[in-house]
Amino acid sequence: MAFITSSAASITTAESPTKSTLLSIRNVAKSFGKNVVLREISLEIGEGEFLTILGESGSGKTTLLRIIAGFESASSGEVWMGEERLDRQPPYRRRVNTVFQHYALFPHLTVEQNVAYGLRVAGRPEAEVASRVAEALEKVRMTAHAKSKPSKISGGQQQRVALARALVNRPRLLLLDEPLSALDANLRRQMQVELKSLQREVGIAFVFVTHDQEEAMVMSDRIALLRSGELEQIATPREIYSQPATAYVAQFIGHTNLLQGDVRQGVVRVAQSESLSWPAQVPDGQVLFSLRPESIQVVAAARPGTPGRVRVRSRLLQQAFHGATELIRVECPGGLVLTVRTPSGAGIQKEVDLEFSPASVVQVRPSPGRN
Amino acid sequence: MFSRAYKTIVTAPPLLWATVFLLVPYVLMFCYSFWSVSAAQAIIHSWDLANYKKLFQVDVYWQTLLRSMWIAARVTIFSLVLGYPLAYFLSFYAGKRKDLLYQLVIIPLWVSYLVRAYAWKTILGSDGVMNTLLQYVHLTKHPLEFLLYSPFAVVLTLTHIYTPFAFLPIYAALEHIPRNLVEASHDLGATPVQTFWRVIFPLSIPGVVAGATFAFVLSLGDFLAPLLLGGPSGIMISNIVVSLFGAAYNWPLGAAISLCMLLLVVSLLFLSERLEKKWSFS
Repeated sequence: MAFITSSAASITTAESPTKSTLLSIRNVAKSFGKNVVLREISLEIGEGEFLTILGESGSGKTTLLRIIAGFESASSGEVWMGEERLDRQPPYRRRVNTVFQHYALFPHLTVEQNVAYGLRVAGRPEAEVASRVAEALEKVRMTAHAKSKPSKISGGQQQRVALARALVNRPRLLLLDEPLSALDANLRRQMQVELKSLQREVGIAFVFVTHDQEEAMVMSDRIALLRSGELEQIATPREIYSQPATAYVAQFIGHTNLLQGDVRQGVVRVAQSESLSWPAQVPDGQVLFSLRPESIQVVAAARPGTPGRVRVRSRLLQQAFHGATELIRVECPGGLVLTVRTPSGAGIQKEVDLEFSPASVVQVRPSPGRN
Repeated sequence: MFSRAYKTIVTAPPLLWATVFLLVPYVLMFCYSFWSVSAAQAIIHSWDLANYKKLFQVDVYWQTLLRSMWIAARVTIFSLVLGYPLAYFLSFYAGKRKDLLYQLVIIPLWVSYLVRAYAWKTILGSDGVMNTLLQYVHLTKHPLEFLLYSPFAVVLTLTHIYTPFAFLPIYAALEHIPRNLVEASHDLGATPVQTFWRVIFPLSIPGVVAGATFAFVLSLGDFLAPLLLGGPSGIMISNIVVSLFGAAYNWPLGAAISLCMLLLVVSLLFLSERLEKKWSFS
């Protein structure tokens, strides 16, 4: 398909996409009556970027998507696509297409007619419609079902038709509203890979809404994490995992240990366990830290402590098998409970010695109601 | 699950009811339609098709049947033309007032049919509301006679009475259209007008067919409106059937005409069910 060709080079740095900005959302807020759904959201989407809006249900992620598509109007703020102000345009004038959560295929039209819909209403010549529809169906491997009604094909197939129906219009931006949530786990993983490679191939920017953090990590160039209508952090999957900005982000993405630290003269002491302490270049006061379970190692009791690493003895509470790794819960002196990831079958004793590097401890902003 | 005795007790009354009040009368009517009446007004039990031939040979019968169908067709069209936009507006744009407006559409159905027909008589008569108003504003000098005792009056009254019957199934069909289909259409670049003709209207066709069937069948068999407002030129086939069973005392001919109408209605219902099935996608 003659979509805008763009290199599939992986993007980006956290601050801004390296490519030119396609869509910019400026101070968008939305409330339904007294219910505030979005507060002052600002973010930019680059050309060809795969941006995931991640959040729990009720975080406002779908509302944000609907504002971009034009199905909801923002209470305040603006949406720009290049030089064009988008938020005052009706949805049918925006060069944005959507893949709906339940696909929203037209039940009275065949697969082929569904895909042709956008081109027909735009008044494209029939010859062009036919060839572009055939190409789009080819791309999502649905040619064999061209004449079927949507009710006669499976959920995964409907998904692909919905994708073809949107992409055939060559939008500048494709919005996807939890498109994989209705599929079973295996098909879902398969579609994640397909969707990602399709996005690279066509080079169209995708805004993908999901509540599934794993899905977000696998597919995205950047993740925007929403919480109660506020943008917690926007960064690459690696960065959002290794440098979470807030306690909420650290807990939402993967597992973590939150440590309440008391900093005095360049030394951190963990409030719940006085024996845990390490030097840090942080101003004095109360500081919250995130320590990932895999950043902590179990070491042999006989081995002397490694210089520069923090060492602590703890008592095993619980062990959970996760395939290649195990998550164990241990209690340190003072009652601090830590989660530690160890290789499976490491032969954990009742008493374990733990070590971690102060460099792997990340300072996070507290999230109200989450610490 | 249930004992045989229980099943018998539960199913017997409705079966008995259907037999006594539906099956027996239909069988009787069927028999009557082949018999005839002697000069002395006695029923002659001779089996032939004379009554059916009469229906198609005597001008007044088949002409009245055709006129009834033409009146019913006009009522159907007007009911749809009035009912569809109303249903569409209510379903898509009424917002919070939806329930209230819906009730307002339904309320006339609670008023006796006879009262509504008489109301039109009062409005359309030569000393009626309409003529008084027209003369008062000097649009006309004399009362307009065609307003009452004419097919016009019958069509107007029946349209008023049966529009809610056309409205209801259309409204139900529109309410069943998932709103994300409308959003999907807009998303794909279709204007509201394009969306209506390409998505909303096709998906509401089963409702339109059901509504049209209601309006047509109900007005085809109507006899009160033509009796009260039709005058000699507005007579419908049911009026003939009524007089054949009454003053004219020709039950056999009345039965034959009734059976023909029944056949017509049943085939219409059958056709409309086929159409609805063809256009429904759930």
